[in-house]
Amino acid sequence: MYVAVKGGERAIENAHAWLAEERRGDTSIAELSVAQIREQLSLAVDRVMAEGSLYDPDLAALAIKQARGDLIEAIFLIRAYRTTLPRFGASEPVDTGAMACDRRISATFKDLPGGQVLGPTFDYTHRLLDFKLVADGEVPDAPTRDPEPGDVPHVTDFLNREGLIEEAPQDDTPPSDLTRQPLEMPAERALRLQALTRADEGFTLGLAYSTQRGYARNHAFVGELRIGAVPVEMDIPELGFAVEIGEVTLTECETINQFKGSKTQPPQFTRGYGLVFGQSERKAISMALVDRALRWEELGEDFEGAPAQDAEFVLYHADNIQATGFLEHIKLPHYVDFQSELELVRKLRREAGADQVQEAAE
Amino acid sequence: MKDTFDQNAPRKAWMGLLAKAPEGRIAALLDATIARPGFTWLRAPEIGSTMVRARAGAVGAPFNLGEMTVTRCALTLETGEVGHAYIQGRRKADAEAAALVDALMQTGAADRLRKAVLEPLEAESAAAKAARAAKAAATKVDFFTMVRGED
Repeated sequence: MYVAVKGGERAIENAHAWLAEERRGDTSIAELSVAQIREQLSLAVDRVMAEGSLYDPDLAALAIKQARGDLIEAIFLIRAYRTTLPRFGASEPVDTGAMACDRRISATFKDLPGGQVLGPTFDYTHRLLDFKLVADGEVPDAPTRDPEPGDVPHVTDFLNREGLIEEAPQDDTPPSDLTRQPLEMPAERALRLQALTRADEGFTLGLAYSTQRGYARNHAFVGELRIGAVPVEMDIPELGFAVEIGEVTLTECETINQFKGSKTQPPQFTRGYGLVFGQSERKAISMALVDRALRWEELGEDFEGAPAQDAEFVLYHADNIQATGFLEHIKLPHYVDFQSELELVRKLRREAGADQVQEAAE
Repeated sequence: MKDTFDQNAPRKAWMGLLAKAPEGRIAALLDATIARPGFTWLRAPEIGSTMVRARAGAVGAPFNLGEMTVTRCALTLETGEVGHAYIQGRRKADAEAAALVDALMQTGAADRLRKAVLEPLEAESAAAKAARAAKAAATKVDFFTMVRGED
């Protein structure tokens, strides 16, 4: 039962004013600009773009500032803004084979065309706090070397030539869009990938880790991980041809997984796929592992009852905005609901108390 | 070969270049070259989004990756040429400058604009890409085999 009540307006206004003051912090310390967040906290910006499902570094940086660094709150702001935008269309599928790679590594082949390019990675750092960053420091220019000409082909392309990995047949059916229709089960792979790419990083990481620990183990190798910019091309109806409308930085992970073979398939490797806005390899690898676990049915594998195999469990709990909305709503007034519970418990206690008195008398 | 030549290729190329130009750069180059001609809006600058798609496993069936912000506009010069712009981000002034260049590239001013606007944009974009590629190349691993212990 809902009962309308009024009151609290002044308290809410004052709470918001105090929030603004706390957001600013100590005014003797220089204020953070949106451009500083965009440039210097770029991995937080990338996470907000990926899970907010909107590529715009300036908006993501603004959201982080407004949310006082609470990234889920920032993602919420971006999701809310996104719904106000008219959609002009959909792009051609991006060609990650043509990526200008900042980073490209393979855990399965040491020597491969294009080589192992480490890029600006935290790997191999000692994870010791660097107190030089406390002081303002000039950063020396990163060393350069002449790039070798030539393409950087996907690792799965070479395996595919030998037939050792399952085909990923190209098909051009327009994919369903979970921002337009409610997500319903069973969800085809295109919908699962859309849900996973915007899924909470922590939730996806936990599920992916559970597959490594044995809950639907799928023996993943990182066939390839690449980070870099790809152009985005969209068909312009008024012109009758497609043009490049911009460029996005993506992280892509292709896993190569063991597969025993089935009645119809000879033994071969199978694929898991992760692709995320921005630079986020933890998320991209996690997405690829969970994508592979969710493919058990189409590959004729057994359902082991593992959480990562259960599409309904994964997809209905992976969105941190849905989750936080439902979770946090329980802090809002439930006075009437609780009043009725209170009445019920008092009544039950009275009845139980009466029984006890009766037992004692007998 | 004449039959297969894409007559839209040059326009596709300059529109793509204009869409990726840094903020304010088109206007700076355009205004240093010619006075802006009069025009009327066919579609005033408008901010919206494009759903970016990708393919499962990089090569398979398409899926929706997420949206990006886009600004678009269309205008007609007093001499009748129509210019369009679809550019990444929320940048109405840049969209206007891009649509003007697109329209002017269909006029007698095309050669001047190619030299004074498109070629510098192309050179700057190539230099930025090359600088990043050179830093990436410096982090490429050169494997070497250690001498083995046995004789």
